[in-house]
Amino acid sequence: MKFGVVRFPGSNCDDDCYHVAKNVLGIETDYLWHKDTKPLSEYSCIIIPGGFSYGDYLRPGAIAKFSPIISSIKEFADKGGLIIGICNGFQILLESGLLEGVLIRNKNLNFICKDVYIKVENKNTPFSKTEKNILKIPIAHKEGCFYCDESLLNKLKSNNQIVFRYCDENGDITEKVNPNGSLYSIAGICNEKGNVLGMMPHPERCSEKILGNEDGRQIFQSIIDYLS
Amino acid sequence: MSEITLEVAIEHGLKVEEFEKIIEILGRKPNLTELGIFSVMWSEHCSYKSSRVHLKKFPTKAPWVIQGPGENAGIIDIGEGYAVAFKMESHNHPSFVEPYQGAATGVGGILRDIFTMGARPIASLDSLRFGEPDNERTKYLLKGVVSGIADYGNCIGVPTIGGEIYFDKCYNGNILVNVFSLGLVKKDKIFYGYAGGVGNPVIYVGSKTGRDGIHGCSLLASDEFDEKSEEKRPTVQVGDPFTEKLLLEACLELFQHDYIVGIQDMGAAGLTSSSVEMAGRAGTGIFMDLDKVPLREKGMTPYEIMLSESQERMLIVAKKGYEDKVLEIFKKWDLDAVIVGHVTDDGFLTLKYNGEICAKIPVKYISDEAPVYNRPYEKPDYIEKVNNLDKNGIPEPDDYNEILKKLLGNLNIANKKWVYEQYDHMVRINTVVLPGSDAAVIRIKGTKKGVAMSSDCNSRFCFLNPKRGGMIAVCESARNVACSGARPKAITDCLNFGNPEKPEIMWQFKESVEGIAEACKILDTPVVSGNVSFYNETSGVPIYPTPTVAMVGILDDVNQHITQWFKDENDVIVLVGKQNEELGGSEYLAYIYNIIKGPIPEIDINYEKRLINALLEMNENGLIKSAHDISEGGLAVALAECCITGKKLIGAKVELNVEKASAALFGESQSRIIISCDESNLNKIKEIADKYNIDFLRLGVTGGKELKINNLININIIELKEIYFNAFDNYLKKI
Repeated sequence: MKFGVVRFPGSNCDDDCYHVAKNVLGIETDYLWHKDTKPLSEYSCIIIPGGFSYGDYLRPGAIAKFSPIISSIKEFADKGGLIIGICNGFQILLESGLLEGVLIRNKNLNFICKDVYIKVENKNTPFSKTEKNILKIPIAHKEGCFYCDESLLNKLKSNNQIVFRYCDENGDITEKVNPNGSLYSIAGICNEKGNVLGMMPHPERCSEKILGNEDGRQIFQSIIDYLS
Repeated sequence: MSEITLEVAIEHGLKVEEFEKIIEILGRKPNLTELGIFSVMWSEHCSYKSSRVHLKKFPTKAPWVIQGPGENAGIIDIGEGYAVAFKMESHNHPSFVEPYQGAATGVGGILRDIFTMGARPIASLDSLRFGEPDNERTKYLLKGVVSGIADYGNCIGVPTIGGEIYFDKCYNGNILVNVFSLGLVKKDKIFYGYAGGVGNPVIYVGSKTGRDGIHGCSLLASDEFDEKSEEKRPTVQVGDPFTEKLLLEACLELFQHDYIVGIQDMGAAGLTSSSVEMAGRAGTGIFMDLDKVPLREKGMTPYEIMLSESQERMLIVAKKGYEDKVLEIFKKWDLDAVIVGHVTDDGFLTLKYNGEICAKIPVKYISDEAPVYNRPYEKPDYIEKVNNLDKNGIPEPDDYNEILKKLLGNLNIANKKWVYEQYDHMVRINTVVLPGSDAAVIRIKGTKKGVAMSSDCNSRFCFLNPKRGGMIAVCESARNVACSGARPKAITDCLNFGNPEKPEIMWQFKESVEGIAEACKILDTPVVSGNVSFYNETSGVPIYPTPTVAMVGILDDVNQHITQWFKDENDVIVLVGKQNEELGGSEYLAYIYNIIKGPIPEIDINYEKRLINALLEMNENGLIKSAHDISEGGLAVALAECCITGKKLIGAKVELNVEKASAALFGESQSRIIISCDESNLNKIKEIADKYNIDFLRLGVTGGKELKINNLININIIELKEIYFNAFDNYLKKI
């Protein structure tokens, strides 16, 4: 089992994802430079980390989708490889067409960094066979408000592609606990095949006891269990 | 080129005698480029000409200090092969003129100061001061500064984990934006700003040079404001955090190798200060061909190129023969990197432009022999008038509950989550104690260590008594760090004052510096870096003296960190330290009665030292569950914070002897810490307090749904929590 963490210029959660994969979970892990064009066949899971690829000056992920590594990632996805995009990684997956929908500016227009609760809506993906149904995971973004038209929302629902939704600590989903105004409180979705996941919350930020919360680790553990 | 006259020199902010000295040094009149170079290097901001004689009073050495003042940042050893580099800097004037870019480039500048030493920045703090909340510009400035810090820090991926925000009318015309950053470096991988080795290539890397920020340091930061200050907006630089992120990663990659002899960021005074200071430290000269400097627009003159403060640029002195290796790394990160010159042995800064020499100045005269002023100082008249408080003449309030609620909803005391939730305070996954406790704590991956940091300054205290105010700033930041379980080790400071040419301002400065120096000596926490910001005056009205202190402390075992809030019901609440009933200088007097009067609280630094040592010993023995420093708002506010800032809301029932209730509840006596513990540990805690000769007072127990203090205070803690956490939102919603 081998993980790859993609580095775009402006990625800033690359070291965090690498640390959790390699040092916390003990998985062999490589950094992958965005200009690389080699096939990714030696990897079992690709992590596209958070950050501000190309400064996010145009639109988050809009320039990153032109990086050479994106075509290898698409090929990897077509072959059924696991890909998890976190925060800016989610934005990049949407811009590259590996997932459907858009992420727009948070409802309050500000960057928000805080702990939120998410409910696991679909436990049947490689990423979400978690012990708990409700996870406490921090968010840290300015453009995290998920949006799509009604037909796509219906499709996401009927295909069980909605994996995580914002909720309160008891699992109740209300507008009050929807931190960024996301449609249907969507915090994470997958593709139809279920091998590509995008999520706004940062599981790598809560995978160690010293940080006071290990809920995020359950997502990585789910991936490892699936691959083992 | 037209003749340089005295008038032109004065327009550059130089004094008559300074212009004469330039002519004496050169043996001729300077040309415009040379005049520009002298004017920025001899500006107050770059030369510390008014402050230097006093800054020498600071203790700067200790066995753990690797680098003291004089470099881009101070460095201390934290053990296990690692060191931390840190510094605080002001960006006050630019932030007042253009809050978003001013604050953003403040962050960018301090981060470069850290990574130029070879350290990866891993945490920032921001100490911000604004005018009165109701002042028409305050909200605009607050929103602009906070989003400027957020957008820059978040993008580059350095967590902003704490700081402070105060509002006071003394800042109506001059806000303060003091930015602190701390970086981690392996002890054997530290780099310096040093242009050694004759013939070594000088390499320019990063953003192209544009016309922004010219004279930012000399005309903007080294003069008072007046009604025309808006016109100075073009002197504010524009930040590009993405380019800085590339520059950071490229530099850190470069530092893995042995290709360079020195590196320095182009901050204030840009290419001028970086080249001159590096050559100055090495005792060498530098030759640069300005035609090679990457430019943002055509037709820039040598004067503009040398004085531009365009952001995200660094100057590197590489080892001869390794140029290509250096250039290759920057190419990988899509950054400009160009050889612009070389190190010489003649001791001159020599500049070529259009094939001709356009400036030639002896380096040591611009760097080391800048003018130094021992400016006259005089105790201002106001000091006597404001230090005659008759405590007993202050009436007791009818309802102490109402006062406590008002104080908790006061923006100077209320929770700052509106601010810190806009900052990414978790990226790099080291933040062990998040914003909202006494000090923020980060872990150092791969070691057992933790680093705690806190920035503090009560400027009202400093106004009323600058020397004692300076001592208190150091003691409070040390206490905050200790309240997180860390041992205070060293400080950096940012000394914000009015116009130093006025004797009463110079007196405030001298007194504050002496206070800080004395406290640092006794607490054994040397000053390793810092910054002075003068001329914080508008139309002749100065700010309160504001010497902001940022203390850095070390936890040998990060698992032993503590937080301020109560953890369990039925724990014992103890006050360690002296419960004096002092009211002078308090937030209570200022906010409720609009009285700004001293005497400010007493401070005994030796007592403070014993208190900190006692607290750390209690914590290291696992005896305490929480620790919280008592500061603005006094005992009552501190107890409320213990009840409402944790995950669980826990009430408290407290009984203590009081003489003057308002002073007991809301007075701000120093060297006091509220701790909570299991009843079974109480005797051991008392033994430690006795051993260090520290006062120990059992206050009561935790539990219930109210905060009760004698028969004075009895309020539901949910109500307190709502007031405390919603004050900022409510203020910003109000139109």
